[in-house]
Amino acid sequence: MRSLWEYANPKKFIETSQRVLPAVTWASVACLVVGLIWGFFFTPEDYRQGSTVKIIYLHVPSALMAINAWFMMLLASLIWLIRRHHVSALAARAAAPIGAVMTMIALATGAIWGQPMWGTWWVWDPRLTSFLILFLFYLGYIALWAAVEDDDTAADLTSILCIVGSVFAVLSRYAVNFWNQGLHQGASVMRAGALAGDTEERVSNVFALPLFVCIAGFVLLFVALVLLRTQTEIRARRMRALVARERRG
Amino acid sequence: MIALLRRDLTLALRAGGGFGLGLAFYLILVALVAFGVGPEGALLARIAPGILWVGALLACLLSLDRIFALDREDGSLELLATAPLPLEGIVTMKALAHWITTGLPLVVAAPLLGLMLNLPGPGFAWLFVSLLIGTPALSVLGTFGAALTVGLKRGGLLLSLIVLPLYVPTLIFGAEVARRGAEGLAVQTPLLLLAGITCGTLALLPFASAAVLRVNLR
Repeated sequence: MRSLWEYANPKKFIETSQRVLPAVTWASVACLVVGLIWGFFFTPEDYRQGSTVKIIYLHVPSALMAINAWFMMLLASLIWLIRRHHVSALAARAAAPIGAVMTMIALATGAIWGQPMWGTWWVWDPRLTSFLILFLFYLGYIALWAAVEDDDTAADLTSILCIVGSVFAVLSRYAVNFWNQGLHQGASVMRAGALAGDTEERVSNVFALPLFVCIAGFVLLFVALVLLRTQTEIRARRMRALVARERRG
Repeated sequence: MIALLRRDLTLALRAGGGFGLGLAFYLILVALVAFGVGPEGALLARIAPGILWVGALLACLLSLDRIFALDREDGSLELLATAPLPLEGIVTMKALAHWITTGLPLVVAAPLLGLMLNLPGPGFAWLFVSLLIGTPALSVLGTFGAALTVGLKRGGLLLSLIVLPLYVPTLIFGAEVARRGAEGLAVQTPLLLLAGITCGTLALLPFASAAVLRVNLR
């Protein structure tokens, strides 16, 4: 039986990901184009929020990916620490800036929506605050990767930082809940009652369907970017090795 | 382990700047805040618990890079790493030494500075207690950050970028205890959570710090 770990071989990884990459990219573009156009132009305006409600098609998917990117980094870090596959460490490194940008998009779109709706760009609401903290964790992680010269040392250090950071990011999430009550609405896209047909407390299907398409688009976009950036990292490392060998020989 | 602790304490004392620097920084910070927001008593009283906590946190941060840097320079860190003592124990002792030289003086000085910031009467005891319980967590977390950045040439700024987000939960609960204490509310919940964070970091983080240190000494 073929094992998943085959793809830990950089050569195999590049071969496979190059075959997959165009499909993922186009699927992501298709989903985003369809989802955003559907969401922006073919959904009714909310009777209280007007057209500002449409920013959820960017806000919700980016916020979702900001958290999931960190989960992916955590998983990749664990794989690196346990099985020492270089591709895994490089994938974690590749995902960090994407996650940071997603966090920034979520914060920025939230602020743009909050200005007309809440009357303020920023409040110290638990969700907003924990996203800010998540952003700081991304910055620290990226900075540590950049600061350490030796690749394996950097991979080890950042992996451990990612694990410790995960624990503290979750802790902070609940600590800020304790610290301040929020303006931000609770979960309303995915709810337990949603599948049972209870639509009272949930985003209406008119808005939810294009939103799911957008979320799919963002997930695919993330996958495509991580694959591409990991390839780049692998090639850059090979190039450095080649240059070093030339210089020696 | 005791010998290591005594060595670190003696070094910190005789090299100078161990006790004094953090305290002086704390004092200046509090004075600067007062200059910044104005001398109005009621306003200062309201923000005093938060300022005293943030000040303690920054003063703690100031001395973090010294935890391992000096030992790294003269090679004694390598010796310690090859010693029969487990590295986790060494790291814990380093954190303890840092707490005694930096955290403890801050805890003692905080009520005095609270006086300057017009802290309400019942707040003093809870400020003292919250700092006493919370500052060990700051030292242990800081030791982890110092271990991460020990090999870097310009680790100082990076150290604060990494360590400060980790301080968030401790700061929230610690400042909450002090604030509730100052307003005469019940402090039990944040106090227990703060103690939980301290116990948790004390129990788990030395392993992470030791692992990181091993990587850096490789």
